[in-house]
Amino acid sequence: MESLTKWLSWLFGLVLIIILGYILGDIVLVSLKHFSWNFLLESPYSAGRKGGIFPIIISTLLILCISLLAVIPIGLTSALFLTEYSDRNNKSIIFIRKSIEILSAVPSIVFGLFGNAVFSVYLGFGFSILSGGLTLAIMALPLFITTAEKGFRSVPTNYRLVASSLGMSKFTMIISIIVPYALPSIFVGIILSIGRALAETAALIFTSGYVDRMPESFFDSGRSLSIHIYDLSMNVPGGDVNAYKTSFVLIVLILTTNALINTVLNNWYKKRIAL
Amino acid sequence: MFQLTRNRQDFYLKFFLKLNGHFSLLAIFLIFAFIAKESVVALNEHSSSFFLDESWFPTEGKFNMVPMLAGSLFVTFGAIFLAFPLGLFSGIFASFYCPAKMYTSFKRAIELYTGIPSVIFGFWGLMKLVPLINEFNPPGQSLLAGILILALMVFPIITLSLIASFEMTTTNYYKVSESLGLKKSTYIWFILLPSLKGQILGATILSIGRAIGETMAVLMVCGNIVKIPSSLFDPIRTLTANIALEMAYATGSHRSALFLSGLLLLSVVGFLFFLFEVFKKRFSWKV
Amino acid sequence: MSLSKYPWKGKLSDEECCETSSIISVKNLSLSYDEKKAFNEISLEINRGCVTGIIGPSGCGKSSFIHCLNRMTELYSNTQVKGDIHFNGTSIFDIRVNLLELRKDIGIVFQEPTPLPLSIISNIELPLKEHKFNNVQDRAVQALKDVGLWNEVKDKLKTPANNLSGGQKQRLCIARTIALEPKVILMDEPCSSLDPISTDRIEELIHGIKGKYTILIVTHNLAQARRVCDYIFAFWYDETSSCGQILESGTCAEIFQHSQNKIIRDYVGGIKG
Repeated sequence: MESLTKWLSWLFGLVLIIILGYILGDIVLVSLKHFSWNFLLESPYSAGRKGGIFPIIISTLLILCISLLAVIPIGLTSALFLTEYSDRNNKSIIFIRKSIEILSAVPSIVFGLFGNAVFSVYLGFGFSILSGGLTLAIMALPLFITTAEKGFRSVPTNYRLVASSLGMSKFTMIISIIVPYALPSIFVGIILSIGRALAETAALIFTSGYVDRMPESFFDSGRSLSIHIYDLSMNVPGGDVNAYKTSFVLIVLILTTNALINTVLNNWYKKRIAL
Repeated sequence: MFQLTRNRQDFYLKFFLKLNGHFSLLAIFLIFAFIAKESVVALNEHSSSFFLDESWFPTEGKFNMVPMLAGSLFVTFGAIFLAFPLGLFSGIFASFYCPAKMYTSFKRAIELYTGIPSVIFGFWGLMKLVPLINEFNPPGQSLLAGILILALMVFPIITLSLIASFEMTTTNYYKVSESLGLKKSTYIWFILLPSLKGQILGATILSIGRAIGETMAVLMVCGNIVKIPSSLFDPIRTLTANIALEMAYATGSHRSALFLSGLLLLSVVGFLFFLFEVFKKRFSWKV
Repeated sequence: MSLSKYPWKGKLSDEECCETSSIISVKNLSLSYDEKKAFNEISLEINRGCVTGIIGPSGCGKSSFIHCLNRMTELYSNTQVKGDIHFNGTSIFDIRVNLLELRKDIGIVFQEPTPLPLSIISNIELPLKEHKFNNVQDRAVQALKDVGLWNEVKDKLKTPANNLSGGQKQRLCIARTIALEPKVILMDEPCSSLDPISTDRIEELIHGIKGKYTILIVTHNLAQARRVCDYIFAFWYDETSSCGQILESGTCAEIFQHSQNKIIRDYVGGIKG
């Protein structure tokens, strides 16, 4: 029993590491073989088989911008509400928390349907960066709220007591004490949301659309990096190489966000309560 | 300059925060509402055809969802069947057999798995796994490919939950077990894991929810043929992939039927969530 | 608590309590945690079948010392052990020694009662099955009877052990240790978290099972040491080497009544603690 457990554990552990290495290694190797900086600066042509991904990077960034612009205010205020006023309105607080948990469990394709129904059709934005960004905002909301709330709750009660004893209004206390203290958590929340948004594909397919040229405005359709990978690998024969290279860019971006979180957690957080 | 008195300031603040705070509640409500609204057409016109039509031929008004439901269920449970031992043993490896110096790196590696986008899993599956399966039994795009890729995507949920539980368990039990001369494996299988039954169940439910909702990876490796699979090597289409493939050009009752399948997915996930909450209360474990 | 119930109390004789033969022999044992010494160059002999007590103020390495005797210190990565310990003639650090067997032969009862998160009867049956005893169920029941727990739990054997009271838990821990038929039982302040009545029960238990087992008990409670022990080793904190060492040893009476060492005299007299 002991040796069986030991061997199986080692087997699974090693196999999983090898597979991970294979996936990442494959992408890295193929991408490096065909590497050129121009890839990031050119526009795609021949349905993406050739050329670069510059407009796609721009579209992705624009979608991210919209999401963040929507998520941050709503997320912050929701988190503040949950921390500051959670004592009194018990029933509705419970409902709100459950909603947040359910939101995080909803499949991404359902978000896509919702985004399509609300933003593209009902509000008339059509297939646009705006629709995509807003849909992603709702997807990232639970994550951001949870992270921000943890940050707000980690403010030591001493600070709140001192603020009250000085006759400070709640508004001032929030603005000058609580939010600055929780800034590392908020930062981590933003980065986590970016990570989530970058990886998202299904929700964007029919909200921000497929168009691979440079978007002219937020109402224009734009393609994200993840959709580009999907299109190149499934719909474009011979698009493999560029799909590899795009995957490489996407992975680098995601790894950077992960690394950022870890550095923030290690340095900025040393004096604060861990997330 | 309009100066609010401090009390007035706080009053408006409370109102503003309360309003925004309820946004999540509003969002979830709106999601159910809009999806239900869009499904109404299909429900009214074709309520029985979802199970009785010959197959899914939307252009001809045939909307049998059963093959795709079957596809989703088979791929999900196949993946969980694989992911469970993967997660269990990798968790045991990390906490008991992995050399101490490698522990953090191994944990980071598993966390890396969760960070890889589903599109990239699907892409790798398409490039490497599907051709491999194709060697044995063409075509490579199949239920099996879906199961394998989905298992890889979902096992970290179980692993990381286990590792977190192991770290939190009072180390006393291990000390007692050692002092009685019990083997490590006896400790793991007869003492530790039984005491974590609740957490393991919770992680499994989360994994099922994740697997059923997955779209891109299964879309890319499963072949997308609408047919109840008769073997592991048959191509299948899941409910999620179906929506992704056809939404772009669906109109009228076709579109409505797709929304209906979305509603079905939402209900399944909602049910799993409800199950999760019930178990949490009954066994009062922290996940 | 009348004295008649405890005929051995109030009678501290100078004589050796029995035919002494050494079962554990410690030579120049030192233990350090991360370079900081817990105790230095301890040598002593534990006599078979007797109750030996280790007394002394906190911080002189008493607990650490007995944790060395069945190599429990190896669970922590920052410990360094020097010196030798012989059990029944062989060194416990010998390569050929089976660690699992060693821990069966030298059992330990910890300060905090820690039953395993299983049912009461499984707590005893699991180690028995692990070490391949026969008649597992009978042995478990006998162990429960030996510690006086049987009547209290015989109707709820399958209920979780964690539902028992502190005193019951500790007796369960002792039961699971003696079920394995060890040669030596190490006890690290077994009564320090218990109420006086539970303490009393356990002391009675110790007296009942000694002879069959060798018992080594670390205790803060001098009165308890006086009641229960045949031999005493008195640890003290040495300022110069800043770690523990034995100041004096001997029979119970020798230490409590005719101690040669002023520090120990003051300690057992309650003048210094």
